[in-house]
Amino acid sequence: MTEQASSLNELIADEYRHGFVTDLEVDTVPPGLTEDTIRLISARKNEPEFMLEWRLKAFRHWLTMTEPTWSTAHYPPIDYQNIIYYSAPKSLKDRPKSLDDIDPALLRTYEKLGVPLKEREMLAGVAVDAVFDSVSVGTTFKEKLSELGIIFGSFSDAVREHPDLVQQYLGSVVPYTDNFFATLNSAVFSDGSFCYIPPGVRCPMELSTYFRINAKDTGQFERTLIIADRGAYVSYLEGCTAPMRDENQLHAAVVELVALDNARIKYSTVQNWYPGDKEGKGGIYNFVTKRGDCRGANSHISWTQVETGSAITWKYPSCILRGDNAIGEFHSVALTNNRQKADTGSKMIHIGRNTRSTIVSKGISAGYGQNAYRGLVKVLKSAEGARNYTQCDSLLLGDQSGAHTFPYIEVKNPTARVEHEASTSRIGEDQLFYCRQRGISAEDAVSMIVNGFCKDVFKELPMEFAVEAQKLMSVSLEGSVG
Amino acid sequence: MLEIRNLQVSVDSKPILRGLDLTVKAGEVHAIMGPNGSGKSTLAQVLAGRETFRVTGGEVRYQGRDLLSLAPEERAREGLFLAFQYPVEIPGVSNVYLLKAALNNIRRHRGLPELDAIEFLSLIKQKMKWMDMSDDLLYRSVNEGFSGGEKKRNEILQMALLEPTLAILDETDSGLDIDALQIVAGGINALRSPERAMILVTHYQRLLNYVVPDVIHVLSQGRIVKSGGKELALELEQHGYSALGDAPIKGNMIANGGLAL
Repeated sequence: MTEQASSLNELIADEYRHGFVTDLEVDTVPPGLTEDTIRLISARKNEPEFMLEWRLKAFRHWLTMTEPTWSTAHYPPIDYQNIIYYSAPKSLKDRPKSLDDIDPALLRTYEKLGVPLKEREMLAGVAVDAVFDSVSVGTTFKEKLSELGIIFGSFSDAVREHPDLVQQYLGSVVPYTDNFFATLNSAVFSDGSFCYIPPGVRCPMELSTYFRINAKDTGQFERTLIIADRGAYVSYLEGCTAPMRDENQLHAAVVELVALDNARIKYSTVQNWYPGDKEGKGGIYNFVTKRGDCRGANSHISWTQVETGSAITWKYPSCILRGDNAIGEFHSVALTNNRQKADTGSKMIHIGRNTRSTIVSKGISAGYGQNAYRGLVKVLKSAEGARNYTQCDSLLLGDQSGAHTFPYIEVKNPTARVEHEASTSRIGEDQLFYCRQRGISAEDAVSMIVNGFCKDVFKELPMEFAVEAQKLMSVSLEGSVG
Repeated sequence: MLEIRNLQVSVDSKPILRGLDLTVKAGEVHAIMGPNGSGKSTLAQVLAGRETFRVTGGEVRYQGRDLLSLAPEERAREGLFLAFQYPVEIPGVSNVYLLKAALNNIRRHRGLPELDAIEFLSLIKQKMKWMDMSDDLLYRSVNEGFSGGEKKRNEILQMALLEPTLAILDETDSGLDIDALQIVAGGINALRSPERAMILVTHYQRLLNYVVPDVIHVLSQGRIVKSGGKELALELEQHGYSALGDAPIKGNMIANGGLAL
């Protein structure tokens, strides 16, 4: 039996293809976190007074909080005084006025990552905001979008150019008191994307943010805020990578989504932060708070995530179903290989009448990877006729990996209907042997079986992303059968 | 085509095959019969390259090459096909996807152009019609929710599609009702050809009423203890395996190297 398992394990070795470092002159603040650090960040970004005040409130609150420990993923204590909270390429100090002015080294970085920032080279249909360490380096198709009244660009720009919108919605879904990492983010967040779709507008292209951590010893704390006004529609994609380093790096982001009456937001993530090496050295701690507020009647928010990177992933993209008939969805594939750990799932809070939610979670554990699904379905008294369906499947490769499921269900309204289905299976030697006997190589067989397992989630992704996700799964599993 | 010499195989250091000899020539159909636990399925799986089994001695030559040094997928691409006794389910992977990947891998190996989706579909639909299978089995996950008969038919379908040089059918008759057995047997007979050899592993003589083998071997305790023509099956049916015992027929076994007639 162990002989079989080890042959599977060999197949699960992994090669990370985005691990290069870009050599750039950078403008950083010294490591450490005090009120002065926060004032410095705020000053660097020329923020209005309200923003600094909000950051400081968050920081003071953070000092009273303790780091949570309930996740299944344990890690050595993080020294928050040893992190650099702001790092920006020097060439961006005087912000480039157009994409043509961007440092060619930066453009090459994104090209290497497959994210072209030159509009004429881009596939039509996707507008990109590229975030490099602490700052947004450029946004494509900005003008074309603004003709429709769509605001899309860096968070820093939005704070200066649309302070009313930012003030109205920032922290309205994830308050600065929310949790240890979200509060830290509120105090020190550097940049991120901001998006506002005006009433009745259907955004004509996919909006996308590409996050890249480059600098050493830096934390990335970005903040994304998306507002779909009444009857608006937007599909948003998020991608992330980082260089390979031996030290762990903290990534504590916050994403807030607001959908008003009849609005729809589709948010897709392909997370491929550096996962660390085979022995678990290095990698990103991906501790993220993502939450959508279906504030209006008939609003609809769906989260789709493919999580293949990071040493530790700890996040629960959630929906607050406030408006009547609101719909929340969560579709997730989380792959942990080698020593990676993921504790992820979703929360669906039913408040409005006839609200509906769906959770489909697929966890794949290979090597020594550990994968936990943790979810909460909460139906409040007001949520007459609420419905939830949860399906939670785990796939194990080899005999050293683990899968765990923690579903929490709280129902206060007797008319609610909540369903939960779960399964755990193993890629058997016999499945593998069957495919190989038909002439298919072991690696192709594993990726075929894993992709089959993830099919329900991949079909939720925009097409280009789905192809990307399938490739990513194959790469992440590379070497896992021998 | 296939020459097995003194093959010894064990599982968890327990010997299963203890010096098995067998020679199969192109165009021949051999049946291997024997009681439960005699090593029939082990032989089938070892030939296909299952790694659970450890070969401790002997050699196997297939088309002049050392078969045991090839990975399972290489054996498959070289034309060795195993119809599984228990075809495994693969959730989420559609049957059509697996079949197309298998065929194109093998075609590529043979230096033939790969088939595109349209060419493949017209080919597979024609073969399915012939196996009396409905098209919807193409789009269902591999073997998932298939009845016992559908699974076995799916195996023969794959054999018809992949056109192997050496086909090993492991208890393909077990669990089939009489109608399904006739369809499966019809499929096997249609695939008999002067270039193709087949080894039928079976517990019962039933299949052999429909697929008449050239040679029948009786396997007992990891060795071929008797070989003969098709009348041997009837003899076994009447007297059972126990009548063969171990001791009385030993001479027959080694002397002719398991190759009867």
